[in-house]
Amino acid sequence: MNAKKSAVIFAWMLLLPSLLYISVIVIYPLIDTVHLSFTNASLKKTYSYVGWINYDKIFNETFAAVVIRTFVWTFFSVLIKMVIGTFGAIMLNTAVPGRTLFRILTMPPWIVPMAIGIFMWGWMYNGQFGMISGVLQNWGVVDGPVAFLAYGSSAFWATIVTDVWIGVPMVTLYMLAAIQSVPQDLYEAAWTDGAGRMYRFRRITLPLIIPALITMSMISLISTFNSFDIIWILTQGGPSGSTTTMIIDTYKTAIGSYKYGEGAARAVLICIFLSIFCFFYFRVTSRISPETAR
Amino acid sequence: MSNKNAMINRYAWYETIAIYAGIAVFMIFVLAPFVEGFLVSLKPLSRLFSSPYKFWPENGSFDAYFTMWDSVPGFGRYVFNSIFISTVATVIVLLLVVPAAYAFARFRFTGRGPLLGAFLAVNMFSGAVLIIPLFRLMRSMGILNTYAAMIVPGVAFLIPTAIWLLRTYMLRIPKELEEAAYADGASRIYTFRRVILPLAMPGITVVAITTFIGAYAQQFIYALTFNSKTEYMPLPIGLFAYFGRQEVIWNELMAASFVGIAPAMIVIFFLQRYLVNGLTAGAVK
Repeated sequence: MNAKKSAVIFAWMLLLPSLLYISVIVIYPLIDTVHLSFTNASLKKTYSYVGWINYDKIFNETFAAVVIRTFVWTFFSVLIKMVIGTFGAIMLNTAVPGRTLFRILTMPPWIVPMAIGIFMWGWMYNGQFGMISGVLQNWGVVDGPVAFLAYGSSAFWATIVTDVWIGVPMVTLYMLAAIQSVPQDLYEAAWTDGAGRMYRFRRITLPLIIPALITMSMISLISTFNSFDIIWILTQGGPSGSTTTMIIDTYKTAIGSYKYGEGAARAVLICIFLSIFCFFYFRVTSRISPETAR
Repeated sequence: MSNKNAMINRYAWYETIAIYAGIAVFMIFVLAPFVEGFLVSLKPLSRLFSSPYKFWPENGSFDAYFTMWDSVPGFGRYVFNSIFISTVATVIVLLLVVPAAYAFARFRFTGRGPLLGAFLAVNMFSGAVLIIPLFRLMRSMGILNTYAAMIVPGVAFLIPTAIWLLRTYMLRIPKELEEAAYADGASRIYTFRRVILPLAMPGITVVAITTFIGAYAQQFIYALTFNSKTEYMPLPIGLFAYFGRQEVIWNELMAASFVGIAPAMIVIFFLQRYLVNGLTAGAVK
C-alpha cells in the first residue's frame, strides 16, 4: 500500500515540470484571453471592463463573412489535402523500383522551414515572371500575365494550394503507414481466391484505412483552421480581405491595430470552434479505436 | 512468402506505366517549388525579369550563391539563430518530456487518461490564437526582443507530440527489467536513470530529431511578433524582410533559401527512416 502511494507521488513528480510549463504558457494565456475579451485593453498600461461590447462589435456583417470564408477555405484545403495525400500514399505503396527514393522526396515541404517553402510559392504566383503564369502563357492557356495574388478569388485559391502543398507530406506518410499496417495475409487469401487488384483495394485496403482517413482529416482540420504563416506571407489577408481568415483577422486586430480586447474576443470564438472540433475528434477516434480513449 | 508477395505484386506493363505516371504527377506537385526556386537561383537577375517565360536558365551560374552574402548581410547570423533557437527548444522539450512520458507509460494514478488527453488537446491551439496573452506574458517577463521570446512559447506546442511519441516507445520496454532492478533494491530514480533512460535512448533520439525539425520548420509567428532585433532573427524572418521590398533580388533570395534549408535536407537524407517512423508512430495503431 505504502509502495503504491510512493509510486503515485513519484509519477506526479515526473509530470510536474511539464504540467507547470503548459499551465504558464498555454492554460494561463487561455484564461487571460477570455479575461481580456471583456476589456478595452490596448497598448496602454491600464484598461477597464467593458462587458460584452467587444462581442457586440464582432457580430456584424463583415465578421460573418470572415467566419464563412474561414470554413470554406479550411474545408477545401482539408479535402484536397486528403485526396492528394491518399493518392500519393497509394502510389508510394506500390512495389515499383525507386519507391524508397520517392518516399524521401515527399518530405521536403513538411520538413523545411515553412516560410521558405511559402517564399518559393510567392515567386511561382508572380504574374510577370512566375512559373505558373509563364507556363500557362507558353501553353496558350492564358493570354497575358496572371498575377495570382492580386485578385481576390485567385488569391483565395492560391493560398489554399500552398496550404495543401505543406500539408500533403504528412497525410501521405500517415496514410502510407496505415496502408502498410493492413495484414498481408488478407491480400494473400484474397489473391488465392482470385480477387483482382482493384477488388482487393476496394474490399480490403479501403475499409481498413477508413479509421486512419477520419483521424487524419480531423488532425488536418484543426491544423488548417489554425493556419497563419501561409496567408500572412503570401497576402497578409488581402487583396481587400479576400484571404482574411479568423486567425488573420485576430492577428490584424490585436497585433496590427493594438486592439487587444477586440482581438481577444475573436480569439475566444476561434477557441470555441477548435474545442468543438476537438470534442468530435475525441468522440470519433474513441469510437473507431476504443483503446486510444482509455 | 516473399515469392507469393512477388506474384501478388507483379504488374502488367500498362499498370507499371500508370503507376509511374501517377507518381510523376504527385512528385511534380510536391517538388515544383523547389525546382523552380533552384532554377531561379541560377538565373541572372536581368534574365529573370524577361518575357516570354523560360523554364531553363540561359547563362545560368552559381553567382547568386556568392553575391547573396553581400546582399543579405545577416545571412550567416540568421542561420545560426535558427539552429540555436531549435537546439535550445529541443533540449528544453526533452528535459520536460522524458520524465512525463515515463510517468504516462509506467505508473497508474487517478486522472492519468484525462491528463494525457489534456496534453494532447494543447495541440489544437496554435500560438496564433494565444498571441495576445503570450505577448503580454513575454512583456511582463521582460523577454521581448530576446532569444527566449522565440523559444519559450514554441516549446509548449512541441511538448504534446513529443510526450505521445515517447510514451508509445516506452510502453514497449519490458516491465521485467524495472522489476528486477526494484528487487535488487534500486530506488525509483536510480532505476529511471540507469535502466529506463539507456533503453529508451533510440526513442529519445527519434523524439529529439522530430522536435528539432518541428522547431526549425515553424519559426515564424513568435519571431515576427515578439522580436524586432535584427541580430536575433531566425532565417525565415530575416529573409521575409527582403521579400517585402520594392526591388526584390529574387535569385539571391532563392539562393539564400536553399543554403538555409540545406541542414534540414541533409537531416532528411540521413535520418529519413527514423523520421518516418517517428512522425507516424503512435498515429496508426
